[in-house]
Amino acid sequence: MISFFETLGVWLGALMTFAIFSFLYKDNPFYKVAEQIFVGLSAGYWFVYTIYNIVLPNLIIPLKTDFSANFLLIVPGILGIFMLMRIIPQTEWLSRFPMALMIGSSAGLGMLTYTKSDIIKQLTATMMNPFDGGDWIVILGQTLLILGTITGVIYFFFSARHKGFIGVLSRIGIYFLMVSFGGAFGYTAMARISLLIGRLQFLLGDWLGLIHP
Amino acid sequence: MSKIREPLDRRIIFLLVFIGVALPIMIKVGLPIETTENVEMVYDLVESTPAGSPVLISFDYDPSTKPEIHPQAIAVIKHALKKKQKIICMALWPMGVKMCEQIFNTLEEEGIKPVYGTDWVNMGYKSGGAISLKAIGADFRKVFTQDTNGTLVDDIPALHGVRSLQDFKYVMSFSAGVPGIKEWVQVGHDMYNVPVSGGVTAVSAPSILPYVNEQQQLTGLLGGMKGAAEYEFMIGVPGTATQGMDAQSFAHLIIIILIIIGNINYFYNKKILALEEAQK
Repeated sequence: MISFFETLGVWLGALMTFAIFSFLYKDNPFYKVAEQIFVGLSAGYWFVYTIYNIVLPNLIIPLKTDFSANFLLIVPGILGIFMLMRIIPQTEWLSRFPMALMIGSSAGLGMLTYTKSDIIKQLTATMMNPFDGGDWIVILGQTLLILGTITGVIYFFFSARHKGFIGVLSRIGIYFLMVSFGGAFGYTAMARISLLIGRLQFLLGDWLGLIHP
Repeated sequence: MSKIREPLDRRIIFLLVFIGVALPIMIKVGLPIETTENVEMVYDLVESTPAGSPVLISFDYDPSTKPEIHPQAIAVIKHALKKKQKIICMALWPMGVKMCEQIFNTLEEEGIKPVYGTDWVNMGYKSGGAISLKAIGADFRKVFTQDTNGTLVDDIPALHGVRSLQDFKYVMSFSAGVPGIKEWVQVGHDMYNVPVSGGVTAVSAPSILPYVNEQQQLTGLLGGMKGAAEYEFMIGVPGTATQGMDAQSFAHLIIIILIIIGNINYFYNKKILALEEAQK
């Protein structure tokens, strides 16, 4: 049995969807109202959500249930309060401590992880025998991978003039880049259509009941 | 009078795409779904993991990308439950916690009723991205002391024997951005050698696909709704992604036709402009 509030929620969702979609025709008051409601609701919802799903389970409840095991959580708790001190100009300087900790630790870990995962591992993955595959499609794919990587990097090598042999390789690099841009555009189109499908599944299914999964 | 063709009103394009998406959703066409190697790798990872193994599923997305990622997560969870694996849910995005809850509620409505605490558990959200993952890698129980209901980790049967990240047979990240699957690759696989796999939005797939390589930084990848539809096809349980694939194909066909028409118009206008210039 569907409750009254569930039905009301579905109807509101459908009306808000139409109000937002109306922008595709042209800017109008319905779109503006839906936009403002969304901004206001999001801010309020996030505030409550943060308290109940982030602050309480990650800080307050662990401290209340087992203080001796979790007493170290007081440190990030205090640093979190320092972060909020940005609101008051006289105490703004306190927010620099948590900021410094966050930037420092992120930069330190980032240097390690990016060097290992995005440079060493990626380079190692490209260092292969392209003819060691058997299937001609695999061999072609591996050859293109190596060629694309080398010519792509040459295109971004600015310490030599892109003329002669280097110019040819750089040109091939551009073609590889263009193909990758095309691929990325295709994926983007797919993603946007998927979102439209999601909305239409809601409108035609949850709202109108015309389709069933 | 100039013979230059005016560009098509964008509202006509919107209308065409809208019709192209809406009609195939209502009238089922049933176009074939072909599986790809990347999706097969994800399937094989779940399929080959023994029953009773603890597996970690990270919900790193929110409702804005739900149409793409939610079906992926549902399909993989159904498969893992069928293989009787113990699912440990966590989230690097605050709303990920609710996404996990919603999936298990949906499963219950469908008649799939895994026992909470024994077959699956929701550990909730952790902030900090890669830094938190590094801590989870070293000691899972220090980072997650209790689940979302407040039950202590020692009292959760699904977590028996789990001390660090290496105790999980695989990590599956359903990711819509940062922090997400990239951080799992960097920390989970490259630091702790745990097989990492998952699904991403179609927009982010090109930037994540290079991790599916000889080094197996990622064990396969589900890209967008297409990835979800392929997985639904492989487990033999059609869902919302399969329902959306006809619409996806028709919309793509319309986009391809419009791009071709646009290019024909471009070259036609270029020719007309050149002729008009010559006449002057």
